[in-house]
Amino acid sequence: MSDALSVQEGQPTARRPKRWHILVFLLPAFLVYSAVMILPLIETLRLSLFNTVDGQSTFVGLANFQTLFGEERWAHDFWNALKNNVIFFIIHMCVQNPIGVALAAMLSIPKLRFVTFYRTAIFLPTLLSFVIVGFIWKLILSPIWGVAPGMLDLVGLKSLFAPWLGKPGSALVTVSLISVWQYVGIPMMLIYAALLNIPDEVIEAAECDGVTGWSQFWKIKLPLILPAIGIISILTFVGNFNAFDLVYTVQGALAGPDGSTDILGTLLYRTFFGFQLQLGDRSMGATIATVMFLIILAGVSLYLFVIQRRMRRYQF
Amino acid sequence: MSKARDSFLRTGFVHVALIAYTLVSLFPVFLTIINSFKDRNAIFRAPLTIPTPQTFSLIGYETVLGQGDFATYFQNSFIVTIVSIALVLLFGAMAAFALSEYRFRGNTVMGLYLAIGIMIPIRLGTVAILQGMVAANLVNTLTALILVYTAQGLPLAIFILSEFMRTVSDDLKNAGRIDGLSEYSIFFRLVLPLVRPAMATVAVFTMIPIWNDLWFPLILAPAEATKTVTLGSQIFIGQFVTNWNAVLAALSLAILPVLVLYVIFSRQLIRGITAGAVK
Repeated sequence: MSDALSVQEGQPTARRPKRWHILVFLLPAFLVYSAVMILPLIETLRLSLFNTVDGQSTFVGLANFQTLFGEERWAHDFWNALKNNVIFFIIHMCVQNPIGVALAAMLSIPKLRFVTFYRTAIFLPTLLSFVIVGFIWKLILSPIWGVAPGMLDLVGLKSLFAPWLGKPGSALVTVSLISVWQYVGIPMMLIYAALLNIPDEVIEAAECDGVTGWSQFWKIKLPLILPAIGIISILTFVGNFNAFDLVYTVQGALAGPDGSTDILGTLLYRTFFGFQLQLGDRSMGATIATVMFLIILAGVSLYLFVIQRRMRRYQF
Repeated sequence: MSKARDSFLRTGFVHVALIAYTLVSLFPVFLTIINSFKDRNAIFRAPLTIPTPQTFSLIGYETVLGQGDFATYFQNSFIVTIVSIALVLLFGAMAAFALSEYRFRGNTVMGLYLAIGIMIPIRLGTVAILQGMVAANLVNTLTALILVYTAQGLPLAIFILSEFMRTVSDDLKNAGRIDGLSEYSIFFRLVLPLVRPAMATVAVFTMIPIWNDLWFPLILAPAEATKTVTLGSQIFIGQFVTNWNAVLAALSLAILPVLVLYVIFSRQLIRGITAGAVK
């Protein structure tokens, strides 16, 4: 760690008496976290290697994974869900995060008026639950109510309207954009805080050198907020690959139409707890959970060990 | 002259862009609320107009309040959210301080261990969590939800807070040590006030998934007495799908506490950002 030197100063000798305060500081978080999160997760990973044979839980090695990737019915659902999930993530990265950065950059312009109002208003959807967001957009996009076609009619684009949520070709994009609409506040807030934390001296120095406006943003501010953008990207990745609620609320557990909005979260739900005629399958559920775990693990490792290491940390 | 005009144009453009996006953010919410006060015909015939004396109707709210026990749901959600946030902030800040301040054997390992939870959704362990809660006799209690949400919130809280705590000046802490402050006082009296903006950020990020969660209330506490408002409105709306008045009224009622919470928290967030921007 870069700050190892400065920390050493606070510790005169290695033979100091036991520093119990470190234990006291760490213990509560460690206990709750281990008991409620880590142990159950390990148990779930363990379950993916077991299946019920003759009514008894038996160790089957990787047979569950072979079924998931190889058996036609499972493989079709799984690859479909994975593909949709990747698209879901790409839409978030390409729409949500640039909008978030742009909004934060505009909000952080000095002496801009009404900043509090804009910030408050734009962050509001983020606080709403999936239940509310899902139902509101379902109503708005519903051809029965006619709000969306009515509004398109105002700008003369009524012919563009289609029941987007009901068509296999557009349902996934529509659900993704609803999710973007809801969550754009998070990148906005994080970047906004990062921009405010840039010291005035840096900005003043840039202005003295004649770097202002756009080039100031690209050359001075953007490099300084890169760590925040990195955090946002990884938060988006993790959030997207365990998303479930919005698809469930808007399209139901079957993630219709025709599985076109099925993502890993909804597949896990149907497999784990069963739905309609399909019975819940604990072992296959644990198997899908394990695959999700591995995907997320891969993404986060990439971030932690490659991207974050390369990123310079600016200390003021 | 031209420079001043440029800057004026630029400010104008920024306002236009921000207003446009603000409308996009607020319109759906606004639409839901105005239509919840109209009668059924007006909802369909003129969805975009605000209620007039002719179209004003409270029939949706009457249905909702006559059917669901929303007061209990709100109370449950408040208790679960507030207690969980308090625990996450306290335990999270303590652990983040230990990790960012002291060098001890296992520091890195502990940091990585606690960070695992950022990437693993706690949901993946649901079956084992449910088994554990059954064994501990905590099913259908708010305690079960609080425990799960505290565990869920801690990793990100520790991650964000230790990033911020690394930026707190060592000179300040060492000055405190020379003045004879214990490590506990240094944490509570010197460091915590300085990381307040980060605490506000963490509180927001912790609060959102807890308040909005549907999964764990459904699995761990689906009883009438422990339903949260998210679960309550999901079930209610599911039952009244074709009654648009009731659905819109239920949605508006579900938005209301979020708005109130937001007014309280956003003031604190702004205070945190402005007062805590330690330069």
